[in-house]
Amino acid sequence: MALRGNLRDFTVTQLLNLINLAHKSGTLVIDGSNETAQISFRDGKLAYAQIGQEDNHLAAILHRFKRLSAGQLRAIHLRADHLNDKELGLLLINAGYISQEEILSLLQSYFIDVVRRLFKWVDGAFQFEYNLHPPADRIPIRLDLENLIIEGARQLREWEQLREEIPSLEMGLKFLDRPETSIQKMNLSLEEWRVVSYINPKNTIKQIASVTKLNDMEIRRIIYGLLQAGLVEVVRQGSTPRVEILRSPVTPLFKEKQISLVQRLITRIRSI
Amino acid sequence: MQTVKMVVTGPFSAGKTQFIRSVSEIDVVATERKISTPDERAIKQATTVAMDFGRITVDNDLVLYLFGTPGQKRFDFMWEILSEGMLGFIVMIDSTRPETFREGRSILETFRAYAPTPYVVAANKQDEPDAWELEDMRNALRLSPNIKLLPCVATQKEAVKNVLLELLYSILLEMDGSEK
Ligand SMILES: Nc1nc2c(ncn2[C@@H]2O[C@H](COP(=O)(O)OP(=O)(O)OP(=O)(O)O)[C@@H](O)[C@H]2O)c(=O)[nH]1
Ligand SMILES: [Mg+2]
Repeated sequence: MALRGNLRDFTVTQLLNLINLAHKSGTLVIDGSNETAQISFRDGKLAYAQIGQEDNHLAAILHRFKRLSAGQLRAIHLRADHLNDKELGLLLINAGYISQEEILSLLQSYFIDVVRRLFKWVDGAFQFEYNLHPPADRIPIRLDLENLIIEGARQLREWEQLREEIPSLEMGLKFLDRPETSIQKMNLSLEEWRVVSYINPKNTIKQIASVTKLNDMEIRRIIYGLLQAGLVEVVRQGSTPRVEILRSPVTPLFKEKQISLVQRLITRIRSI
Repeated sequence: MQTVKMVVTGPFSAGKTQFIRSVSEIDVVATERKISTPDERAIKQATTVAMDFGRITVDNDLVLYLFGTPGQKRFDFMWEILSEGMLGFIVMIDSTRPETFREGRSILETFRAYAPTPYVVAANKQDEPDAWELEDMRNALRLSPNIKLLPCVATQKEAVKNVLLELLYSILLEMDGSEK
């Protein structure tokens, strides 16, 4: 089956649906208006994505999700450029800096993000290349397409709805005193957690979006989810909006506990 | 299960890998590579490129990891990553190679800037006949009297244990001290 055509006739969501149903392996190449995207699949699951000139190397993605500072990224480019993604990933895992699950989940978030951006493409020639696969030195993921397909289908409608529900981003948020859902029970994504950690009546949605580097739509979607879950509510801003972002504090280990921990280490090392 | 980590750092060939080997219960996962430049090859055959990794299990729910940093400057991008969340660190200095003292001092300062955790300095290879005396090293390294400078022979387990214990005592002292 030759799979080629134009997005005007066949939407990205429909393509994903087809690839999923037929368990296809290969790469979907789409020539958009200003850039080209390549989405690779294995057995109908999302494996890899590349859009335009965007750097999708592991280091760049970790930086994107703030798991590497700009300085660390620069240092890696300068001195570890000879390492491919798989080698760098292993090195970081061995260093105890990041877990394999987190790497995979960040790659997944990034690839999903690329696909989401494609949902907005309405014009462009596409072609499915059966013999084109992700570069061997990259880390592939295996993500079921179902959720993305559902998301794509809902997206247009949802975006209109979101703009109605959250007309302004100049509002604050607070946690409900008696939430309908416990936050532990919710399956929050990394991005959602980051948003949650900034929720405070003094921070506007716009400020939260800016520190979490989310665009208007992304922040709306997350906030909408939290509103729907009955976890937070919108509060009007006071006259003077705060500039400084307040971060929820991390609970420190109790001092006694720390002391006992060090004492256990001492006893153990004496016995070596 | 809780894990804590301590970092062993210092200039090229100071004995960091050896230090961790002497106490780790697992074979040290050393990421060593054959040395490429002739200058360095004259000193030793293999060098650590990413890190060394040793482990000491305390009990069912506490494990201590020892991370050794690469000594060569061109791998220092790993340092900050390795130092994240460390309980304390050890700066190893080769007592027989005064030409590395200055770098040792600069590594010490770099790590101190990453995190204000306690640290000790280990004067390694004290078994060598041309090893410097501790007091001379203290002066050369410009260490103030309140900083622990400990004699060390990384190949001897007891000496390594002593360095680790001294660091832990400093950590304990600081925890007690910071109590208001
Ligand atoms: N005599 C003596 N030799 C030592 C001692 N500690 C280490 N060595 C030797 O010194 C050399 C360097 O030791 P390593 O443990 O590889 O040093 P390192 O700090 O890990 O070196 P890099 O990873 O290259 O920075 C090796 O030949 C060791 O056998 C010591 O206490 N006494
Ligand atoms: Mg080494």
